[in-house]
Amino acid sequence: MTRHLDVRPGAYHDSVTLMQVSRTVNDEPGVNAALVAMATELNLDLLAGMGFHAPESAGPNDLLVALDAADDDALSRAQARVDAALTERARPAAVSSGNGPAAHTIGTAARNASGTPPTVAFVSTPGTSAFVDAVDALDHELPVIVFSDNVPLEQEIRLKQLASQRDLLVMGPDCGTAVIGGVGFGFANVVRPGPVGLVAASGTGAQHVMSLVDAAGVGISHCLGVGGRDLSDAVGGISTITALDMLAADDTTEVIAVVSKPPDPEVAKRVRAHADALGKPVLFALMGEDQPDLTMAARSVVEAAGAEWTEPGSWTPSAPETGTGGYLRGLFAGGTLCDEAMVIASSALGPIRSNIPLRPEWAIDGDLHTGRLDGHAMIDFGDDELTRGRPHPMIDGSLRAERMVVEAADPACGVILLDVILGHAAHPDPASELAPAIIDARNRARADGRQLDVVVSLTGTSDDPQDLNGQGSRLAEAGASVYLSNAAAARAAVELAGGQP
Amino acid sequence: MSTLHDLISTEPSVVTAGVELFDDALAAQAVATHRVEWRPPLDGTDEDLARVMGDERRAAANARAIERMLAASAELVDVRPAREVLGLQPGEFLHAGPPLSWYRASGPMRGALIGAMLFEGLADTPDDAEAKLAAGDGIALQPCHDRGGVGPMAGLVSPSMWMFELRDETHGQTSWCTLNEGLGKVLRYGAYAPEVIDRLRWMGEVLGPVLQTAVRQRGSIDIKGIISQMVQMGDEGHNRNRAGTLMFLRELMPDLIDSGAPSSRVSEVARFIGGNDHFFLNLVMPAGKLQSAAASGIAGSSVVTVMARNGTDFGIQVSGTGGQWFTGPANTPDGLFLGSFGPDDANPDIGDSTICETMGIGGFAMASAPAIVRFVGGTVPDALYTSQLMYEITLGENPAYAYPILEFRGAPTGIDVTRVVRTGILPQINTGMAGKVAGTGQVGAGLVKPPVECFTSALSALAAQSPLPS
Repeated sequence: MTRHLDVRPGAYHDSVTLMQVSRTVNDEPGVNAALVAMATELNLDLLAGMGFHAPESAGPNDLLVALDAADDDALSRAQARVDAALTERARPAAVSSGNGPAAHTIGTAARNASGTPPTVAFVSTPGTSAFVDAVDALDHELPVIVFSDNVPLEQEIRLKQLASQRDLLVMGPDCGTAVIGGVGFGFANVVRPGPVGLVAASGTGAQHVMSLVDAAGVGISHCLGVGGRDLSDAVGGISTITALDMLAADDTTEVIAVVSKPPDPEVAKRVRAHADALGKPVLFALMGEDQPDLTMAARSVVEAAGAEWTEPGSWTPSAPETGTGGYLRGLFAGGTLCDEAMVIASSALGPIRSNIPLRPEWAIDGDLHTGRLDGHAMIDFGDDELTRGRPHPMIDGSLRAERMVVEAADPACGVILLDVILGHAAHPDPASELAPAIIDARNRARADGRQLDVVVSLTGTSDDPQDLNGQGSRLAEAGASVYLSNAAAARAAVELAGGQP
Repeated sequence: MSTLHDLISTEPSVVTAGVELFDDALAAQAVATHRVEWRPPLDGTDEDLARVMGDERRAAANARAIERMLAASAELVDVRPAREVLGLQPGEFLHAGPPLSWYRASGPMRGALIGAMLFEGLADTPDDAEAKLAAGDGIALQPCHDRGGVGPMAGLVSPSMWMFELRDETHGQTSWCTLNEGLGKVLRYGAYAPEVIDRLRWMGEVLGPVLQTAVRQRGSIDIKGIISQMVQMGDEGHNRNRAGTLMFLRELMPDLIDSGAPSSRVSEVARFIGGNDHFFLNLVMPAGKLQSAAASGIAGSSVVTVMARNGTDFGIQVSGTGGQWFTGPANTPDGLFLGSFGPDDANPDIGDSTICETMGIGGFAMASAPAIVRFVGGTVPDALYTSQLMYEITLGENPAYAYPILEFRGAPTGIDVTRVVRTGILPQINTGMAGKVAGTGQVGAGLVKPPVECFTSALSALAAQSPLPS
């Protein structure tokens, strides 16, 4: 054991610096104890406690360096550490006040927001947390768009009750799209401004109606999504009523349309009564069996806005269609579009098997990625089961491209029906993924001595960032018949499959 | 409808939380976005969080809690022995933190109890005291907080100890704290050597009575006012109370001189106060207790009203659950050590002084106390960051305690259990460290955080109390 004490007169350092130096030196291997401190009375006591005796003359302006080390080596390393640490301390550290921490919650972001004060919150956190984050938005007097799905029904109800108590709006949960003052939220098409205000309980349904209305030259004031369950008995249309009131009070909105699956009858009665008193025309575009399709709904909206309806466009495929029959297989990104196609197809072709079946007995069980389908079938690749841990098919087309390979290999498959949805947040160039997949599928089928027809339902506007016309042309060049109307696409596909639409 | 009217009549400005793609898509449309650095909440808390966030009483209850906290005043009105203030009887001891038994007590807590037994004449030797405490006959232990007061470190209070008595006239509440003994070998750090007991005697015979005369002569002293000033003078009120102590002494000096006590006594008192940079801590703490107690017991409120440690457990109380304690094992601070003491010598976190952080100063005010930063083992940028981070878990800002370096932003006030659980950000505490062996005293100072389970279990209790939606 080796010990060392030196007293450095007048070498003043503040006590904090010295405690840090002591700690550094104490961390040196082989050092049993170290005291680097000014010779104050307290420290002289501590020094005595370590078994050292300081010279009488040592006072508070003198630096004590007391080291107790295992051997000479350790002692000299410790001394070097003391000197190095003291020198380093003498250099001023670079100090920056730094930027404040990033906001971890909506509440903090709302409180700290510099510049334009927030007017709305957009929540796309996991469904288990979305309620909490949305309540935080309401707490800070922000209306909130909840894109997240898998939010429990009772939480949706609570959320909407809280919002309604505070004169706020909850859009969603599972609100895929919204347009507010020309700004698209979630998956949103670029639509021209205009007189039509939408209240939408369906994301892709609303996107499709807006795109068709836009194509007819009629603009959109706002599209307020309310979530697919808003018009159910349990939720009671809380957000729909609020959204209707907002659009009624909005000067730019002249015609209002509610896009939804058929509501609960009692809720429908209340909503219609409320709508009747708004002083503006309110159309109900309701989807389902025995209901007008989305294209017909879009037409009613356009005509209610006083404009002339023009039939949605289409692109003819580079190679002629064969219509040789075979089963129809729909591979969808949009649930509502899949629904609509199934309604149209089932009326002509009979049962359509699906992971989101129109009737429970038409459900598919089994592997939707590679399993062989039975009969006519349509898969919604945007369904929760298939998006878990994977990007949405509107963002990433690879799942559907893989499925096309499987269909190409199935001798029973004669027609593939795909939807392609453009707009903000969607894939920047879906044709770049899907056109090669279409060519490949048709080539594979041809190699097996079959003809495979491909029909595409293309939802988008001429102002969408992906270039609507370019996408349509490239998909058609790849061999697909491309329709801007989902209903028209579905009918064409049914016809190619040998049905009478 | 005005917010909703604004929504569709003005250009959107959007707070986004979740998938980045959607924030990017908004930015691509030249929309102003405020992006949240979202992280999942603490494990297994989703259901409780939803229950508590969905409790329609919460927003109003929390607003009321913050309003009461900010409105609380704190005036020193008297200095009296604990037996007078609380009716404390021989054998009754109050201690820091949540409830504790002798058997679970840590070294410094046992040391302080032994010292208090000796001081009260209930034992002749430390061994005798220890035996009697272990036997437990005629001994009663109770948390200071359960009696409306606070004590630093071990927080030991026995009937003969003198206390500051503070009033919040706004809410008609009283709180108290013992007189600070100074640094080094002191009872609150678990030391009980004869010098420790002698000092306590002097405090009872000289310091207490002289202060009593001076304070009574003066009427009252605005402690909240001094805290307001000290946090702008480099004190954070927990580990640095230098400016506060001097201002207090300045306030009291004329009345000390006029107290009628012999000048030798007055100078002893003045020298003792002036020589103890922590003297004012024991006035900050009851001021903090008055502030947080004003927010206690509001049904549905998720605001933390107590954070306290007894050297074994860390405990918190929450407004909506009143006096119920939620505890977890206390962590050991990380920091710097005195002399040759090291991490192995440190006891787990101890003391009611975390009332400072509960009120929005202490570790929360590090940005405003750069002089203290290195003492607890940090850097100035860390301190700036930490103080700003604390706004994430608090609901209000206290303009009475404004931090110049943060553009005079008010202290982050009213820790919200839901925000702690949602963000996983724990309150930052800076603290003294007691030696873990009874009788050692202080070994260092450093930074520490509460155990997470205090907050998750408090959240569960709030969830259980939350009325089911109709």
